[in-house]
Amino acid sequence: MSGASEPPAAAPDFDLVSLGPSGQRDAQGVRATGSEAPHLNPSVAALRERFPGAVLGNQVTAGDEDVVYVDPSRIVEVLRWLREDPGQHYDHLADLTAVDYGGGRPIEVVYQLWSIPRRAALRLKCELSLDALEVDSATAIWEGANWLEREVYDMYGVEFRGHPDMRRILMPDGYAEGHPLRKDFPLRGRFSRAEQTRRALTRDPEDHYAPGEIGGREPQLVAPHDEHADGDPER
Amino acid sequence: MATQSASYAVGRNPEMGPGGELVASPAAPFDAPEPELGSQTMLVNVGPQHPATHGVLRLVVELDGETVVSVTPRLGYLHSSFEKLGEYRTWNQIIPLTDRMDYLAPLIYNCAYVMAVEKLMGIEVTERCKVTRVVFMEMDRIFSHLLWLGTWSIDVGAFTPFLYAFQQREKVYTLHEAFTGARITTSATRIGGMMADLPEGWTEGVREFADNLPATLDEIDTLLTCNAIHVGRTQGVGAISADEAVNHGLTGANLRASGVPYDVRKDRPYYDYESYDFEVPIGCHGDCYDRYLVRMEEMRQSLRILQQALDRLPDGPMDVPDPRVTLPTKTECMSDMESMIHHFKLITEGIPAPAEDCWFSVEGSKGELGMYVVGDGGPKPVRWRIRPPSFVNLSAIPKLAEGHLMADLIMINASLDIVLGEIDR
Repeated sequence: MSGASEPPAAAPDFDLVSLGPSGQRDAQGVRATGSEAPHLNPSVAALRERFPGAVLGNQVTAGDEDVVYVDPSRIVEVLRWLREDPGQHYDHLADLTAVDYGGGRPIEVVYQLWSIPRRAALRLKCELSLDALEVDSATAIWEGANWLEREVYDMYGVEFRGHPDMRRILMPDGYAEGHPLRKDFPLRGRFSRAEQTRRALTRDPEDHYAPGEIGGREPQLVAPHDEHADGDPER
Repeated sequence: MATQSASYAVGRNPEMGPGGELVASPAAPFDAPEPELGSQTMLVNVGPQHPATHGVLRLVVELDGETVVSVTPRLGYLHSSFEKLGEYRTWNQIIPLTDRMDYLAPLIYNCAYVMAVEKLMGIEVTERCKVTRVVFMEMDRIFSHLLWLGTWSIDVGAFTPFLYAFQQREKVYTLHEAFTGARITTSATRIGGMMADLPEGWTEGVREFADNLPATLDEIDTLLTCNAIHVGRTQGVGAISADEAVNHGLTGANLRASGVPYDVRKDRPYYDYESYDFEVPIGCHGDCYDRYLVRMEEMRQSLRILQQALDRLPDGPMDVPDPRVTLPTKTECMSDMESMIHHFKLITEGIPAPAEDCWFSVEGSKGELGMYVVGDGGPKPVRWRIRPPSFVNLSAIPKLAEGHLMADLIMINASLDIVLGEIDR
């Protein structure tokens, strides 16, 4: 297991469940990087021509699906061109998600694009190494990217720069066990059942009714009750 | 909130004399000085356990009087980590997880998942299986829309359509049960086929349902479509323009109500949908009322597809005749050693998928339902991602509800047709 796994604290005062099956499977997808790589969608050639430095490779998967690997630092530029260029017109962000292959391999952020007028699909991927999980947000292009990026942040810990409301979305705000869909995250969670129960019981229900939880108005405090709960066994 | 000048009408608690003459009454209308009262917005919490949120959705609403200033949805109360669980299961073992996500249209989820995996594995299912899945998906589209119609009418204050709609839903439940043994958690599909062939007389049951439904739809149509209360509460409420709807990622009836004719069945046809004769209804105002009209018409169009699919349902095998995918029959297992070993190996080892990724989307009842599966050459997925249509549709609710009344928020939420099992996954 490589650098991907990281227990939440240096010396936790609770028992940690042993880490999950990270690195057991190591998917080695074929990735053609040469400029001669075959493709079906003409947008791939157009992208290579328009952004020669940003397109790192492309491949065709599952028979007829074009995938383009893009330099993470230029992804928003590429997405904006794909949406606004009249010849491309990928106006529908069908999905935005991430894939962790485990074994220390980079996390891929995946953009599924669809052009409603042209009826064409394109998939873009950005590879982010585990020590630099940051990429620019696509919310300036698609409002619909807002929650999708929050989910990727919640589940993988990928931070989207420029996102208006970068908070967890499915897990609670004070969730301290990490990012669940990472391969180094064990299926039953990092904390033992006892620790999970103890933390749940020491959460203050009043948190849920504070004005601060209206996104973007006031900074959200992350797990303010965990610290003093640990120091005060009476609670 | 600006301070308001108050004027009081005459006649509020007037005092009458014995002869009926007015003895004293509040003075004639007068303009009170503007009160120097501080004003602040109010936070109201709706849900997670409130019938109008259609599940365990929690909305934190900031109100200025009765006007919605902002809505902050809080999700995760039903988070079950299906995507993580899927990474620990073989491809076939994931199927029971899919119907628990959208329990209002479980068969669409069963089908969409196996269709994605079959595309990844390069399996072409038999013709009978294709048509059967079309029947299943259209039946469950109606099934889901009927629930939406019932709860929608309750939210608008009408109780009768709810009863009519649920009476028809019950028939689909019975059909589910007749085929799978379960009413909601169907788990009806398998990679390369279905769990079983259709039971005898089952298609007649579907035909009967399809023949009887239009009468119910007409009745509900009469009750709601021109009803003044219904129209008054939904027209012009929660409107979104076509460009904004696309920008917010809306799909399904919510997008089509804004006038964008994007339907996966037409634009990215699968299972020969291009050969079925049906129309895609679109609205033009993008408000709650148009979303209602679009879904009502979608049910009628689904009935057309259902009739055509039942007409063309061919005989023949249901499962692909590929021993690497399909289990041998029980008789073969009991009489033949090789079949038994084969059965055992398929169950315990699973079916391997190539180390590729595959995106497959179908038109679900709530919108575009995408399945993104990533294999690694083994029998378990590296990643199984659902593109949840309700999740993306719900993300537009702060925009849709802003500036409307609190009561409109309930209608806007109902018009989006969400299911929390899929949003939280």
